[in-house]
Amino acid sequence: MKSAVRTFGPLVAIAVLAVLLLVVAPSVLSPFRLNNLGKYCCWAIAAVGIGLAWGRGGMLVMGQGVFFGIGGYAMAMHLKLEAAGPEGIPDFMLLYGDGTMPGWWEPFRSGAFTLFAIVALPAVAAAILGWAIFKRKVKGAYFAILTQAMAVVFATLLIATIQETGGFNGLNQFTFFFGYNLYDPVNKRMVYSITAGLLIACLVVVWQLYRSRFGELLVATRDAEERVRFLGHDPANVKLAAFVIAAVMASIGGAMFAPIAGIISPSDVDATASIFLIAGVALGGRALLLGPALGALAVGYGRSTLSEQFPDQWTYFLGALFIVVILMFPAGLISAAGRAAGLLRPRRRVRPTAARPAGATS
Amino acid sequence: MIERLPLVHHSRSRLAAGAVLALTVSLGLAACGNKDSEGSSAKSCVDTSGDTIKLGFLNSTSGAMAISEQTVRDSLTLAAEEINADGGILGKEIEFVEEDGASDPAIFAEKIEKLLTGDCVAAVFGGWTSASRKAMLPVVEANNGLLFYPVQYEGLEASENIYYTGATTNQQIIPAMEFLADEGVETLFLAGSDYVFPRTANKIIKQYAEELGIEIVGEEYVPLDDDDWTTQVAKIVEAEPDFVFNTINGSSNVGFIKAYYEQGLSPETSPIISVSIAEEEAPAMGKDVTGQYAAWNYFQSVESPANATFIEAFQDRFGSERPTSDPMEAAYTSLYLYKNLVEAADSFDVDDINESADGVTFEAPEGLVTIDGDNHHIAKTALIGRINSDNQFDVVWSSDGPIEPDPFLEGYSWWDASAE
Repeated sequence: MKSAVRTFGPLVAIAVLAVLLLVVAPSVLSPFRLNNLGKYCCWAIAAVGIGLAWGRGGMLVMGQGVFFGIGGYAMAMHLKLEAAGPEGIPDFMLLYGDGTMPGWWEPFRSGAFTLFAIVALPAVAAAILGWAIFKRKVKGAYFAILTQAMAVVFATLLIATIQETGGFNGLNQFTFFFGYNLYDPVNKRMVYSITAGLLIACLVVVWQLYRSRFGELLVATRDAEERVRFLGHDPANVKLAAFVIAAVMASIGGAMFAPIAGIISPSDVDATASIFLIAGVALGGRALLLGPALGALAVGYGRSTLSEQFPDQWTYFLGALFIVVILMFPAGLISAAGRAAGLLRPRRRVRPTAARPAGATS
Repeated sequence: MIERLPLVHHSRSRLAAGAVLALTVSLGLAACGNKDSEGSSAKSCVDTSGDTIKLGFLNSTSGAMAISEQTVRDSLTLAAEEINADGGILGKEIEFVEEDGASDPAIFAEKIEKLLTGDCVAAVFGGWTSASRKAMLPVVEANNGLLFYPVQYEGLEASENIYYTGATTNQQIIPAMEFLADEGVETLFLAGSDYVFPRTANKIIKQYAEELGIEIVGEEYVPLDDDDWTTQVAKIVEAEPDFVFNTINGSSNVGFIKAYYEQGLSPETSPIISVSIAEEEAPAMGKDVTGQYAAWNYFQSVESPANATFIEAFQDRFGSERPTSDPMEAAYTSLYLYKNLVEAADSFDVDDINESADGVTFEAPEGLVTIDGDNHHIAKTALIGRINSDNQFDVVWSSDGPIEPDPFLEGYSWWDASAE
């Protein structure tokens, strides 16, 4: 019986979160607050992927803004074309360009293609990039720096291509979301619900992955890559899979961010934005199932609330909060809370590990 | 191969996972959308029953733009305090709610929605970058709110819900070109940040230059936050233009000015005319920029009773060493224009205000300004100033009175928006 609690406990926690996000939140929050919560959910979706790659896989992915941006811009391009109407072209191309649309925009008129691209583009990009990185056994700080540099390059490229991507201004002024008018509060609520639903779905997927052989291999690769190799597995493939899944999740988060925030611009996908995602994961607890998502929700909420209460000093408060949490609870707030409640067994190791030591117990 | 780990009861766990997903989907379905909606039926929640009226000040007080936008916040604060001391707007005292845009367009969009729907402010004042304005535009339109935007910009925009109190291109860029033509300039070099404003400004400059017979001998862009102008300035040295038209934004100017002087250029050989260096920025350039030019609609040196009062009040409130600049003046003016708009309409309602907006005036520090009811911009006088050794600007040229705003350049036959 105890093992059933252990097995399905996390699933119950996910179900509770689902009820909170999908039933309680819409009935108690104002449309504005609900929309904000939707924005935090987008970051949380990306954070779930980071939890997989970093918490379980040990890969400090500092450039998830790139994949967040791929999804965000893919969706934004579709929404922009939807706003322009059939045959129409986005307003900024008329204002700042020569009034012609680059050919690669054209497929994004199709909603189906856009949805496909939101999953396929980051997967392909991450697969190519990951293959090159992991086969060469690049890891640790080098991997972190490489992914961070990727985010800088991506944002610079966006800023430099005003006529194709809107440059520094980004893409905004969306009116329709797959036929639904975004100015209608009912439809905004629907977009929120889809986002919250996607977050829950990602959590369930990750829960299933953590329990699978892949999940065990991932942790094993993180903790002792050479031993995994001796056992006949290629750690590069394991890492690659986690990296690709994390990229797709970031892209899904970005795709929902565009209609919810009403804008996607380089400052939402650059190096700073990428670090902001990492910060949420670290705060919540990177190796725990719910840690990354709850951390990202908390950071998003904290950012909005602190900046409303203290418009002049909020950045200092947020910074101080991070320092305190990382110093006092290196495994994240959720694990600290869990330990306080006696739900987790006391650990000897300071480093966060999987909820259960891999494979060793049975 | 390792043995399959006996930890997981796969069939049971799949079932449970499926149950959670099914729960999620069914809960989500409860919130179906409405495909036939006509958009928002935004009802204003502005409370006009009390003794106060709420206004929102939305400027970046953190991030890269804070250094500029804080000056705007200060002059808005001054204007609010002055209006309150003078009896408020329609007898109601201004209660201002401050928010930080954090130099991030997405945050501007979030905060203006919070101000309009959460705090129920009657109008919002702020924004600086075009990115922040573009981000706020759909929100302010969806909620039928009001935004007062105080910075000169690239034009090509007009919204029922925004009042633009800075210059559009025909009140700054085009007059600057007329000044250059009057000076007998024959060759011009364009240097700008890789951003919407410089790109649009240069598109206008190039087309007008052809009309005026001025030759463009070079055009260079550097990313917004990049400080290295060495190679681009080398091209200016080589081209020996009569003038350099500078549309660089923010701190990148410092790197440009440094390279310009280090490579031996000077106001005697190839002077610079800037559209973003004002009293606040001139002393921060790290070089003595005496003799360089700038195009604005206000300088601290403008001689008028209204300006003398403004400078004195500002320096009393924030310190005698603080200069006043064009965006600060435009922000100060925007709050007074709002007061006059409300009093002309005798109402805080957005539709009532727009109805009676045409022709509303204010005796601003820059001179008399008048609102154009069609495009919500204001008629302004264009000025060219030359920097003196006190980092103040001596006005050397001005337009013949206020210029009517023309954000889409409809009155200029040489303008072709779709040209490359």
